Amino acid sequence: MRGTKALLGVGAVVPLLFLVVFFAWPVAAILGLGLSESGVGAVLADPQTWELVAFTLGQAAASTVVALLAGLPVAYLLARCAVRGRALVRLIVTIPFVLPTLVVGMAFRSTFGDGGVVAIVLANAFFNVAVVARTVGGLWANLDRRAEDAARALGASRWRAFTSVTLPALAPAIGSALAVVFLFCATSFGVVLVLGGSEYRTLETEIYLRTVQLLDLPGAAALSLLQLVAVVGALLVGAIARRKRETALALRSRTETARRPEGAEWIVVAAAVIVVVLLLLPVFSLISQSLSTRDGWSLAGYAALAGDAARSTLGVSGLDAALNSLRTAFDATLLAMVLGVLAAVVLSQLRRRRGRLAEAMDMALMLPLGVSAVTVGFGYLVTMDALPGDLRSSPILVPFAQALVVMPLIVRTVLPVLRAIDDRLRQAAATLGASPLRVWREVDLPFVGRSLLAAAGFGYVVALGEFGATSFLVRPDAPTLPVAISRLISRPGELNVQMAYASCVLLMIVTVAAVALIERVRVGTEALGEF
Amino acid sequence: MRSRTLGALLVLALVSGCSLTGGNGAATGGDKVVLVTHNSFALPKPVLDEFTKNTGITIEISRRGDAGEMTNQLVLTKGNPLADAVYGIDSTYASRALGQNLLQPYKSPEAAKGAQRYAVAGGEDRLSAVDVGDVCLNIDTGFLAQRGIPEPTSLADLTDPRFKDLLVVQNPATSSPGLAFLFATVATFGEERWAEYWTKLKANGVKVASGWEESYSKDFSGSSGKGPRPLVVSYASSPSAEVGQDGKPRTKALLNGCYRQVEYAGVLNGAKNADGARKVVDFLLSDKVQSQLAEQMFVYPTREGVALPQSWQVAAPLPTKALELPAQQVDRDRERWLALWRSIVQG
Repeated sequence: MRGTKALLGVGAVVPLLFLVVFFAWPVAAILGLGLSESGVGAVLADPQTWELVAFTLGQAAASTVVALLAGLPVAYLLARCAVRGRALVRLIVTIPFVLPTLVVGMAFRSTFGDGGVVAIVLANAFFNVAVVARTVGGLWANLDRRAEDAARALGASRWRAFTSVTLPALAPAIGSALAVVFLFCATSFGVVLVLGGSEYRTLETEIYLRTVQLLDLPGAAALSLLQLVAVVGALLVGAIARRKRETALALRSRTETARRPEGAEWIVVAAAVIVVVLLLLPVFSLISQSLSTRDGWSLAGYAALAGDAARSTLGVSGLDAALNSLRTAFDATLLAMVLGVLAAVVLSQLRRRRGRLAEAMDMALMLPLGVSAVTVGFGYLVTMDALPGDLRSSPILVPFAQALVVMPLIVRTVLPVLRAIDDRLRQAAATLGASPLRVWREVDLPFVGRSLLAAAGFGYVVALGEFGATSFLVRPDAPTLPVAISRLISRPGELNVQMAYASCVLLMIVTVAAVALIERVRVGTEALGEF
Repeated sequence: MRSRTLGALLVLALVSGCSLTGGNGAATGGDKVVLVTHNSFALPKPVLDEFTKNTGITIEISRRGDAGEMTNQLVLTKGNPLADAVYGIDSTYASRALGQNLLQPYKSPEAAKGAQRYAVAGGEDRLSAVDVGDVCLNIDTGFLAQRGIPEPTSLADLTDPRFKDLLVVQNPATSSPGLAFLFATVATFGEERWAEYWTKLKANGVKVASGWEESYSKDFSGSSGKGPRPLVVSYASSPSAEVGQDGKPRTKALLNGCYRQVEYAGVLNGAKNADGARKVVDFLLSDKVQSQLAEQMFVYPTREGVALPQSWQVAAPLPTKALELPAQQVDRDRERWLALWRSIVQG
C-alpha cells in the first residue's frame, strides 16, 4: 500500500507542478500587478461591469444548451447505431473544432447579416457539438445495453427507459461535457468579436481590450477576478451535480452495445443527420469560397498556396505550414496525454479515498479552460524570464501553452470511464498478487484504451486549431496553419483571401487525416480488441 | 512485464524530448539581434540573408500582435526587454513609447534621406520613421457609377442621405484603422463637432465591424467578397490590390481626409546587443528594405527616390496631404474619445 501511495503522490505532483508553473504563477503575477494599482474598485462598482457578467454567463448557458441538444443525438448515433457511415460522422464532427473562429465568424456573419445574439449562440454551439458528441458518446458506447432492454421488457416506453436507465448512467459524461462546453463558450473570443460587432461584449473581449489595447491592468484584473469567480462557481455546480452520480457501471465492449436502429430510434438518427448536415454548411461555404473567384471557379488559391505566392507572404509554402502545425500539435498532445492520464488515474484513485481532495484537484485542472488566454499570455511576459533560458520568446512555450488547454479535455474524456470501472475487479487482481502497475495494465487499460485514443485524437485537434498562444510564440519562419490563415486574411487582394480559404480547407483535410489515423491505432494486442 | 511498461514510458519520454527540442534549431553562432515587430511584418528571406552575409548579424523576428499590443508588451517588460530593436510602433502609440522611456537615443545616418520628414516631434533622436501607411476611405467606383451616385469628395459628404447604408467602418476600440478613422474625424471636425458628425453618420446607417478583415472582405463591395457596401475605411494602398486584368483599378482611395499613420523603428533601452540593433535600424531604412515595403507590407517607403510598383503608381498614390493629431493629445484623450464614441454609436 505504501508503494501505491508513493506512486499516487508522484502522479499527482507532476501535473499539478505543471499547472502551477505554467498557469497559476503567470496568472497570479499579472493579477497582482493590476491589484497593486488603484482602479479595481471603480470597475467592480460600475453597473456596466455587471451587465457584462450577465451577458457573458447568459450567452454561455444558451450556447451550452444548444450544443447539448445538438450533440446528444450525434452521440447516440456514434455510440449505439450499427449503421454505415458512422466512422465518417465521427470524423466530420471534429472538423468545426479546428477551424479559426475569425473565419467561421465571417461565414456566420454572411448568413445572419449583422450577427447578433442568435448568431453568437449558434456559432459557439457549432464549435462545441463535438465535445458533447465525443465525451458522451465515449461512455455511451461502453454502457451495458441489457439494463435498458430489461426496462423495456418490463413495459417501459423507449423514452421512459432512456430517462430512467440510460440518462442517469450517462450523467457523469454529460456533466463533464457541459462543464467543458460552458467554459469554452464563456471564454469564446473570436466569435463574440466578429459577430458582436461593436454592440455585444463579454468579459473575455473586455479583458482583451483592457489588457492588450489599453494596458489597463487594474481594470483587466477586476474583470479577470470576476471571470475566475464565475468559472469556479460553474465548476462547483458541476461538481455537486456529479458528486453522487459517478458510480461503477457494468461496462461492455462497443461491439456488444451497437446494433441497427429500429422503430422510433430512426427519429433520433434523423435528428443526428440533420445536425451533421448543419455542421457541414459552414464547412462547404469555406470550400466554395476557396474555389470561387471574380471570374468563376478556379484552383488559383491552392496553386498559390503550394508555391511562391505563399512563400513570399508567409516565408513558407502552405504545405510547410501544415507540417509545422502537425509537429507542434504532436508535441502538445504528447505532453498533455502524459500529464492528463497521470492526473486522471490519480483522480480516480483519490476519489475512493479522499473525495473532497479529488474534487479540488479536478477543478484546478479545469481552470485553464475558463481563464482568458490573454491573461495567461501577458502573465508569461512578466514571469517566464525568471526560468532558465528566458522562455518568454521561446517556441518551446507553444506546446506548453497548448497542453494547458488540451490536458483538461483528456482528463474529462478518460476520467468518466476510469471511474465507471468496478473497483472490485482491481481488488481481485491485487488480492491475486498483482502490483498496482500491473493492475492498471490488466484492468484499467483494456477499458480506457479506446477512450485514451479518442482523447488523444481530440486533444490533437484542439492543439491543431489553437491560435492565441501560438500566434505570438511560434517561430516566425515556421507559422502553423491557423497563424498562416490570420496573416493571409489580413491582407487585401483576391489571391490572399483565396489562399486563406484554401489554407482552411487544408487544415480540415489535415485534421480529418490525423484523427482517422490516431483512431485506427489499436491499443496493445488483439486481446484488447475493439476497446 | 513491468520492465516492458517502463521501457515504453522511457521511449515515450525520449521521443517527446526529441520532438520538443527538434524543430527549434535556430541559427546560432555569430551576432544575433532580436527584433520585436507587429503581425503584418514580412520581408523576403533573400533580403534578410544578404543582411546576415554583410554584417554577420542574424535577425530573430518576434511578432507580437498589432502595433498597440506590441507597444504594450514592451511597456510591461521594459525592466527586462524582450528584444534589442523594435519596428512597428505607430503614430498612435509613439507618445506612449517615448513617455515610458522604452527607447535609447539613436539617430541613423540613413534617416536623413527622407525619413526625417515624418519624424515624431520630441522623439527625433529615438524613433526613425520606416514607413507610411495612411488610413483612407476606399470607394468602389463601379458600384456608385452603376447607380448614378456621385462619389464623396470629403468626409463631411458621408452624412449625405445619398450614402445611406453604404458605409462600413471599424470599431476604434478593436481595430487600428478604425481608431485612425476616429482620429481623422476629430482632426477634421475638431473637439467640439466630431461627436455630432458621428451622430449623423449613425443616423445615416453606418455599419461598424470589429475588424478590418470582415469589413473589407465581407461588407465592402469592391473586394473579392463583393459585399453590399461601396464605402469602407481601409488604407491608401488597398486599391493596388484590386486592379483588374485590364490594368484598371476597381477601387480608389479618397485622398482628401486620410489620417497619417507612420511606423517607427528604434533601439530598446536595455538592449543586449545595442550595436547590432542600430545596424538593424539602418537596414530597415536602407534602399534594400525600403523598396520591398510596398509589395510585402502594403505601406509606403519613407526614403526619397524609392520607386513604387507599377500598380501602385496607377491605383495607390500616397496622399500628398494627410490629417494628423499631436502624439501627446492622442495619448491623453484617446480613452475619453473611445468612451464618447461608444456612447454615441452603441448607446
